[in-house]
Amino acid sequence: MNAAVPQSGSAVPSGALVPDPVLEIRRLGKSFGGLQVTRDISLTLNAGERLGLIGPNGAGKTTLINLITGVLMPDTGTVYLNAVNLNGLSQPQRVKRGLARTFQITQLAPKITTLLQVEMAIHERNGSIGNLWRSVDAYPEVREEAMGILEMLRIESLAQRPPITLAYGEQRLVEIALAIALRPRVLLLDEPMAGVPEPERHIVLNALDRLPPELAILMIEHDMDLIFNFAHRIIVLAEGALLADGAPKQIRNHPAVRIAYLGLGSDPDQPMIAAELDPH
Amino acid sequence: MTLLANILIDGIAYGMVLFIISVGLSVTLGLMRFVNLAHGAFAMTGGYLASWFIRAQDWPFAFGAVGAVVLTGLLGMAIEALVLRRLYRMPELQQVLFTIGLSFLFVASANLLAGPEVQLIPLPPWLKDPIDLGIRTLPAQRLLVVLTGLLVMMISVLIMKYSRFGIWLRATVDNTQAASALGIPVEWVYALTFGAGAALAGLGGILGAELLPLEPYYPIKYLVLVLVVVAVGGMGSVAGSMLAALVLGTIDTASKYLASDWGSLFYFLVMALLLAWRPQGLLSPGRT
Amino acid sequence: MRIRVAPYLLIGLVGATIYFFFPAQLPLASRIATLAIFVMSLDLIVGHGGLATLGHSALYGTGAYTAGLLALHSSSNPLLGLLAGGAAGATVAALSGLFVLRYQGLTFLMLTIAVGQIIQNLASKFRAWTGGDDGLSGFTTGKILGLATFDLQGRVAFLYCTGVLLICLWMMRRLMGSTFGLACIGIHQNRLRMAALGTEIQPKLLTLYCLSGWFAGIAGALSAQVNQIVGLDTLGFELSAEALVMLVLGGAGSLFGAIAGTALFTTIHHVASNIDPYHWLFVIGAMLVCGVLIPRERWGVLMRARA
Repeated sequence: MNAAVPQSGSAVPSGALVPDPVLEIRRLGKSFGGLQVTRDISLTLNAGERLGLIGPNGAGKTTLINLITGVLMPDTGTVYLNAVNLNGLSQPQRVKRGLARTFQITQLAPKITTLLQVEMAIHERNGSIGNLWRSVDAYPEVREEAMGILEMLRIESLAQRPPITLAYGEQRLVEIALAIALRPRVLLLDEPMAGVPEPERHIVLNALDRLPPELAILMIEHDMDLIFNFAHRIIVLAEGALLADGAPKQIRNHPAVRIAYLGLGSDPDQPMIAAELDPH
Repeated sequence: MTLLANILIDGIAYGMVLFIISVGLSVTLGLMRFVNLAHGAFAMTGGYLASWFIRAQDWPFAFGAVGAVVLTGLLGMAIEALVLRRLYRMPELQQVLFTIGLSFLFVASANLLAGPEVQLIPLPPWLKDPIDLGIRTLPAQRLLVVLTGLLVMMISVLIMKYSRFGIWLRATVDNTQAASALGIPVEWVYALTFGAGAALAGLGGILGAELLPLEPYYPIKYLVLVLVVVAVGGMGSVAGSMLAALVLGTIDTASKYLASDWGSLFYFLVMALLLAWRPQGLLSPGRT
Repeated sequence: MRIRVAPYLLIGLVGATIYFFFPAQLPLASRIATLAIFVMSLDLIVGHGGLATLGHSALYGTGAYTAGLLALHSSSNPLLGLLAGGAAGATVAALSGLFVLRYQGLTFLMLTIAVGQIIQNLASKFRAWTGGDDGLSGFTTGKILGLATFDLQGRVAFLYCTGVLLICLWMMRRLMGSTFGLACIGIHQNRLRMAALGTEIQPKLLTLYCLSGWFAGIAGALSAQVNQIVGLDTLGFELSAEALVMLVLGGAGSLFGAIAGTALFTTIHHVASNIDPYHWLFVIGAMLVCGVLIPRERWGVLMRARA
């Protein structure tokens, strides 16, 4: 284990899950005008658990993430993080309580170097972000930790480069580095492979492999290969509602899921998904 | 009572002038998304040209005014086609800086060509006479301003909503490439819209020459007034500009009559409150 | 930010050159130094914070009037005047910031204009305090550090202004080089990212705005002390607009650009105005227009073509 990534009390080897709910969603609902985009969703995420969230386009996956992170306020229901009710808390307040996310379209400060951005995340976590006088270069422990995270993701060579000079896949990695630097209890990954060109996919895949095992992760993805290999559990969203929740094998054979995916003809991913779901 | 009537009449006339000058900016800013801080320069150009035609060339008022408006519109089209077109894709700050520089050039040129004195536009007798409306008499010039303002608003709304040009404009603004693929002459649409805005600004400059004196610093001096009307009314909304211009124009006139040592404080206070209440503008046309 | 000694040395060198070889230009140089502090304070909020404002002169003028009133009614100690001016600027920034910083883009810009105009009109209304159109005068500036008073040639004033400039430059560089400064730059470049890191955005921007107001107020106080008169134009829209142009001419975001831009603009204004009061508009207007139309890369080509 890399020394830069701390061991928490409940290190969980994959496959032997001890129920330790870090994220609990109860009956979450949201509508825009007359359109119900999130219907009565309930789910639980345990420490060290990797949850995959799949569903056709427009199912409300990103909306769910936005509701959890506080970008949107729900109409009904509650979100609990470590048994703390998040209702009414702003985005930054939720981050401070242990929630981190990456974006479907990478969001980074385009001209601040990678190392400084990771340091910034650490300073936010530490509370030293409010210091008006001490130079950013005068925090050797922070610099060391930041370099450690970059090394763990094998992107230490990008330390002095700003995102505007990086390839899309590399930018994705920087986002993941930032999320790790916050030492969250829960990490929400919104389509980490989206927009990543074929030659760079393995970079992101390898990084996902190196995420701390005690971290609870919820990942939205369309890439079925990735989801079925990565997730301990999969939930399926369709038209804002939870369609199924179970182990990958169960989901693969779930009739309602097959219909939900096969029923929508316009999705270009359709043939692939159908083939993936079909065990033969 | 007469005081209130005077305030209303002068306030509405002032508001109409502001509206006529600002409507072009509201359209370019709101629909074309182009920040043109040199808009006031077109108002000045219209006024200066009219003054020159009427005073130096001895043209009748109507001819001078129309000629000035048309020339200003053509100047606007030329500037749009030759220069401004390249700026559409640039970030807002660049557009701001460029158009500030442009207005500086206009200011300096006005001084170079006509000197620093105020340019007067002599009114013909038929505009100076009062007109009896039955309930009270109004100076004809005020009546002309109000009627022109209403006409401009009606024609703008009609064109935008019901004419083919209006459809072309909205299509071009929504998605220029798609519009062009559909056969809409997008370059002409941009040029004509901008030119129309410039021409209207020129008209406003002529009609408002009494209230907003024509001198070289005009574009900079009155930039704030125009921006306020556009921001409060809602970028892209013709009706919004009218509403904002009338409300703010009346408040400014009222405070000049009633509380002149407070200056334009109430104007800006009301403006700030209106903007805080509706940051998108009073009647923003529903676009993001 | 790395510690760069060269710019301070450069300023010192230029200052010394003017002092010894061009003493007739000392008043102009003092004016540049004072305005440079103001434009640097604008750089904090525009270049680092990313919020374009056209109401910054409200903070400058408040500092100027505060220092003038202090000297008139209480104490002519210049350092006290600077501190009072800075505090006044910071206070006005805090109060107006609580309101205007909730907004962004064009709305924010217009609100800063409104606040500026409201304050200017208030100053005009309360002419018993401010002297109205005639300006606030009749006060003198005491000995600087108990050492020297202003001489007619402007030597002491120049040294005073340059000294304050260098100290303010150093302070602002440190502030922006801290983790706080980094967070502000982050907010400028991507608010969504900063929110996702847990940054409380409003408090950071408000702090930045207050710091900006502090330095703007000091600049205003300095100008009051050196000119020994304060006019309503210190609160005017024209000053705010000119400051923005100066900042952009020199380049926003590094603080050094603010100084360079101020020097360039003021010198051009001074030289051209001697020929005709409007001619500087041609030069600056052309610079802005060409600066935008010709992209950075071509500037490099042009420069090399000349050499």
